[in-house]
Amino acid sequence: MSDVELRALVAGRGLDVDLAVAPGEVLAILGPNGAGKSTAMHVVAGLVRPDEGLVRVGDRILTDSSSGVHIATSERRVGLLMQDPLLFPHLSVAANVAFGARSGKRLGRKESREVAAHWLAEVEASDLADRKPRRLSGGQAQRVALARALAADPEVLLLDEPLTGLDVGVAAAMRAVLRRVLVRDGRSSVLVTHDLLDVVTLADRVVVLEAGRVVESGPTATVLATPRSAFGARFAGINLVSGLLGDGPTLVADGHRVWHGSLDADLPPDGSTGVAVVATFHPSSVAVYRDEPHGSPRNTVEVVIAELDGRGPSIRVRAERQFDGSPGLAADITAESATDLRLGPGQRVFFSVKSREVSIHRAR
Amino acid sequence: MTSSGGLPRWIYVPAALGAAFVVLPLVAMAARVDWSRFWSLITSDSSTTALELSVKTAAASTALCVVFGVPMAMTLARSHSRVIRWVRPLILLPLVLPPVVGGIALLYAFGRLGLLGRYLDAAGIQIAFSTTAVVLAQTFVSLPFLVIALEGAARTVGADFEVVAATLGARPTAVWWRVTVPLLAPGLASGAVLAFARALGEFGATLTFAGSREGVTRTLPLEIYLQREVDADAAVALSVLLVAVAAVVVIGLGSRRIKVGGAGGWQ
Repeated sequence: MSDVELRALVAGRGLDVDLAVAPGEVLAILGPNGAGKSTAMHVVAGLVRPDEGLVRVGDRILTDSSSGVHIATSERRVGLLMQDPLLFPHLSVAANVAFGARSGKRLGRKESREVAAHWLAEVEASDLADRKPRRLSGGQAQRVALARALAADPEVLLLDEPLTGLDVGVAAAMRAVLRRVLVRDGRSSVLVTHDLLDVVTLADRVVVLEAGRVVESGPTATVLATPRSAFGARFAGINLVSGLLGDGPTLVADGHRVWHGSLDADLPPDGSTGVAVVATFHPSSVAVYRDEPHGSPRNTVEVVIAELDGRGPSIRVRAERQFDGSPGLAADITAESATDLRLGPGQRVFFSVKSREVSIHRAR
Repeated sequence: MTSSGGLPRWIYVPAALGAAFVVLPLVAMAARVDWSRFWSLITSDSSTTALELSVKTAAASTALCVVFGVPMAMTLARSHSRVIRWVRPLILLPLVLPPVVGGIALLYAFGRLGLLGRYLDAAGIQIAFSTTAVVLAQTFVSLPFLVIALEGAARTVGADFEVVAATLGARPTAVWWRVTVPLLAPGLASGAVLAFARALGEFGATLTFAGSREGVTRTLPLEIYLQREVDADAAVALSVLLVAVAAVVVIGLGSRRIKVGGAGGWQ
């Protein structure tokens, strides 16, 4: 496990960032198109040479503009997985993965075949070993590309929107594979994504880039629940409840509070009771009541209002912090209902959300 | 007024006329062949000698084109340097240069009194009017064909595969042999076929730079031109033979490749 330090000034692309990834941590980089996310990755991989900057992985200095150090990409042990899997079309799936083992770990023919078989099994693609890449689906190709990147045994894995363009179900399966290989092995990774689910299920920390600058960074839950940047606000206000998986499609928070929802594809329907999960739902799907509602298939929780915030046509009702200290739940209601309910800070109300509006994901 | 192919129907009229224009002379030539003497004409000593020389020199120049053309094409396709951009039209100049002019240029470069030739001559190496000169003349005219075909293929494939290979830890030379060259194989096949066909038909530069010595520099096109003066039937028979050889190469090795070309060959 190696930590990563990146300081880069790339004048031509307007990038000026200072990032750090702790050992074994998954750092998500969010930001609008053209914000410099990919450029930052390319500096780490040695594909772009910064005008000024430093790239350090563990105790190895890969780029240092002050001393003129710029290690070649092939010697960096920095893996890169892009949106396009880019499997070598002239090689079979097994040979593609073996290429990673042979090039990255400098293994012989036989050992690299064994390493390839191991990683193909890890990404559940052993049955594809003899196929040519053109006969793979998008999701299969991306799993094989991941196996190839891991077979090279990189110290850092850069993931540049690896799930973009995949079907929802395929992306969920790929996310599950990523979780396993990143989280279990504690491999330091940087993930560029536009997808909230990637962030929620994979990232320890989030950095938001806008116009080449870091405008926000922090633990995933904090950034998502209380974004301070314009782009972060696009992910904003998503309610997150942490807990353990209960019986059936439920999350148990604080040892007793049960949330009903639907399980994400990366959670098997049974046998994983007790694993850490998060429930997510949008504030606009939350209804607010003064008295506890009865007789409907809803999740209801009693909260104390911390603040009211007018944003456009709706009012955001923000509750006080949750029991575990994470940001309070939010509900978006019309100004009319806010007036009818005569809501105000300090008041006790009930937040209620239909179970089909709640999705439960494996937590990071 | 559109057909199922989405093209307006009138398009087929000029298309058919153009096709007829290309095919008609070949048919006319085949019709003019004295088939009773065909076999004896093409198996005469001078004919077989010329054919053998043509195939050998064209193969040698194709090999030279591959050895030098692949690195040239990749440099052109990948380099962003200003120098390369200026050099590119010069390299492709033989494409549009009259072959006779190419032959004269070669003579002043490699001839006994040429720019480089005088030093080679002093060292006891004489190139002009030798079989080597034939190979050089053919290489000179066909190299740009291979380079331009391959450069297009290389641009289509792009550099992304090489980038990925580098992130996997493969050093540049390993990337070259294990990724770049295999990915270019379809484009290389079509480029080599084009170069071979161009070399096989080379006339002007060969005559100027290498002359017409039987068994040494007199290739099939030269033999045909010579025979035309004395025996028109022999010239026609040899022409058909040349067409046949070229057709075997193009169809046998590469017509599919030429059609798909580049990265598409792998899809």
